[in-house]
Amino acid sequence: MTLSVTAPSGATHQMADAWRRQTSLRRLYTAIGVGLLITALGSTMWFADEANAGHFFDRLPHLLDFLSWLVPKDWNDVWRAMFDIASPHDTGTQEFNFPLGRAYVWGSFYIPEYFELMLTTLNVALVSTFIGFVFAVPFSFIAARNLTPHPVLRLIVKRLMELLRAFPEIVIAGLFAAIVSIGPIAAIIAIGLHSIGALGKLFYEINENIDMRAEEGLRAVGANWFERVRFAGLPQVLPNFMSYTLLRVEINVRISTIMGAVGGGGIGEELKLSISRGFGAKTIALVLLLFTTIFIVDQFSAWLRRKLVGEQAFVMSA
Amino acid sequence: MATMTADQIQSIEERFPQVFQRPFHKRFGPLMLLGGIFLYLLYALWFFNLPQVMRESHWERLPLFLTQWISYDVQPIFRLDEPQITAKYPRFSVLGPNPDPDWVKTNADGSVTILIDGTAKSITFTKTQATIIANGETVAVALGTGKPLISGPVPGWITAHEDEVVADMGFAGEARVAVDRVRIRKRFLGWANFVFDTRSPFFGKSASEVASLIVSGPELKPGTSNLALAGDNIWNNAQWQHGDVWTKLLQTIVMAFLGTMLGGIVAFPLAFFAARNITPSRLVNQVLKRFFDFMRSIDMLIWALFFTRAFGPGPLAGSAAIFFTEVGTLGKTYSEALENIDDKPREGIISTGANGLLVQRYGVLPEVVPVFISQTLYQWESNTRGATIIGAVGAGGIGLKLWEAMRTNSNWANVFYMVLLILAVVFIFDNISNFLRRRLSRTIHDYNRIQAEQG
Repeated sequence: MTLSVTAPSGATHQMADAWRRQTSLRRLYTAIGVGLLITALGSTMWFADEANAGHFFDRLPHLLDFLSWLVPKDWNDVWRAMFDIASPHDTGTQEFNFPLGRAYVWGSFYIPEYFELMLTTLNVALVSTFIGFVFAVPFSFIAARNLTPHPVLRLIVKRLMELLRAFPEIVIAGLFAAIVSIGPIAAIIAIGLHSIGALGKLFYEINENIDMRAEEGLRAVGANWFERVRFAGLPQVLPNFMSYTLLRVEINVRISTIMGAVGGGGIGEELKLSISRGFGAKTIALVLLLFTTIFIVDQFSAWLRRKLVGEQAFVMSA
Repeated sequence: MATMTADQIQSIEERFPQVFQRPFHKRFGPLMLLGGIFLYLLYALWFFNLPQVMRESHWERLPLFLTQWISYDVQPIFRLDEPQITAKYPRFSVLGPNPDPDWVKTNADGSVTILIDGTAKSITFTKTQATIIANGETVAVALGTGKPLISGPVPGWITAHEDEVVADMGFAGEARVAVDRVRIRKRFLGWANFVFDTRSPFFGKSASEVASLIVSGPELKPGTSNLALAGDNIWNNAQWQHGDVWTKLLQTIVMAFLGTMLGGIVAFPLAFFAARNITPSRLVNQVLKRFFDFMRSIDMLIWALFFTRAFGPGPLAGSAAIFFTEVGTLGKTYSEALENIDDKPREGIISTGANGLLVQRYGVLPEVVPVFISQTLYQWESNTRGATIIGAVGAGGIGLKLWEAMRTNSNWANVFYMVLLILAVVFIFDNISNFLRRRLSRTIHDYNRIQAEQG
């Protein structure tokens, strides 16, 4: 192959000019965009700083002081706090009263307080995900365009799920806290209702992409709606449903921790207390426990999802 | 068609052992899973002590709370043991300092009529006798004998206590009659004094009156224009606290924006070092990826609690919490996007002898920037919702205000106002982000199409 070099004609000049104009215009837009972004960042930073109780540059030198309470005098206290073992530093204050939290099961066998709290948080997450799953599955089949029993029903269910999804959890939790008293049950209801909306949306999007031939076959032999959904829909979508449900468990563990911090019981409450009072050893023990639990839940869920649906399980999801 | 013989059945069974002789765990797996879930639910029932919680819960409050979201009530008391029957309204009543509502009528004979829902549901009383009308029935209560006495049959909507007769008129309200006083609760649909509170000079004026005052009226407060006064009155409405609510809402939006954007800016360069196809050092990749995992796994709540202690409560703490979480989340997604790029453009740029930075700029960036922006927008959207929640632990924004309003359990209309605002913000941001991401995904799609065409 030979390269042929031709003298630039008028047409090429025009093209080059047009290209140059276009790029300079695009650069201008980019510059304006970046300028706007920087202005927005600057002004919002100023706004956030103004509205805060302590200001950034005033507090920055004290950040290390703040970290210093976090470092316990005796690192063994972290383990003692975690497993409710008596500490030699115990002076009767709340900071070191580790054995008080023991929950005796039988004899001298006890569950350490923090493990029990972690269990509460986990149980809140699991039960609320279960509630979400149980309602989201039928809702998703009603809301899927290709499987819906009735278009009007579909619209109602879709709107209902949107509403459930849009409400922040604390609003539902606050409402139910006034009814069933504040605690894990209010948190379960709040997270459960939100999960119905969140899972339902993901589920019905999966449902709309199924292979409809199985459904046609069942329709041909006179199967009713329930049978078509059960034998044509469910087998195709169940692995994906499970995968999204597991992802939801991960999210719900985090949310139930937050719910705990506003009174929903579990480890969040204790964490908030211990940070706000500056209990170094207790805080580190709690963070370690929470971090490990979240890590284990995430890893286990990722492993299970990979088994269920393969590499597809790692697609980002809502 | 004839029925199958035993031989035929057996031969089919032999041909498809995977259908007819499935291993034990496959045949009973689902059943055992269901059984396990059932046992777990029983355990949860016991763990959360559900039966007792349900026994002690107050479900009858739910409809009451929900009606309070969209309505308000006025509760005057009429004392019968004073020389003249006059209405006493609670302090800070929504009707203002000198209420004279048209549903309270003093008749010519000295009796007082209160129209709780027109004349169909009303009560007329003197010092010795009260007549309650509702649901098409008229009930007379005699008050002269030391305790209220109902003459005639007692309908279902009236409850007669020892010293008080309670007439329940449904949504419209109720009347409680005792010998020495009549207590009324009249419910109105809507939000009271949403624009001007009772202290405002504009209180109780119609929209056209307010408009004409603003345009051409005399200055109500010397030295201030009526427009500025009206604006100030609305902003500082004591009952609805518009100013505070909107400022806090803006704080929530700012927290999400600032945290996500700064997180993106920091995660951007780090992601290049974490992507194994761009930085060949395994050690650097792994260290950065574990760092991202660490930032992500320490929950946003923990960061929020820490920074609330470090910076004091406020949006700065919330922004910092979102920022730290987002460095992890965005760093992870950015580096995954980088690892999935097509290597050919990059190789092309390398072959021209461009230096490292130029290779990234022209060989990598065009491919990943739409993906990066799309993921950042998505995170921004979900953080707008998240910022409300972490606000409740003191990290600034509307979350705390909302949570406190709900915990005090009194002003549900205010709660609903804030909830509506939050829903509107979430809705708007969802749509902006969805719109932008759709535009971007079209860009990505076009890019892939052009690439596919060129092989």
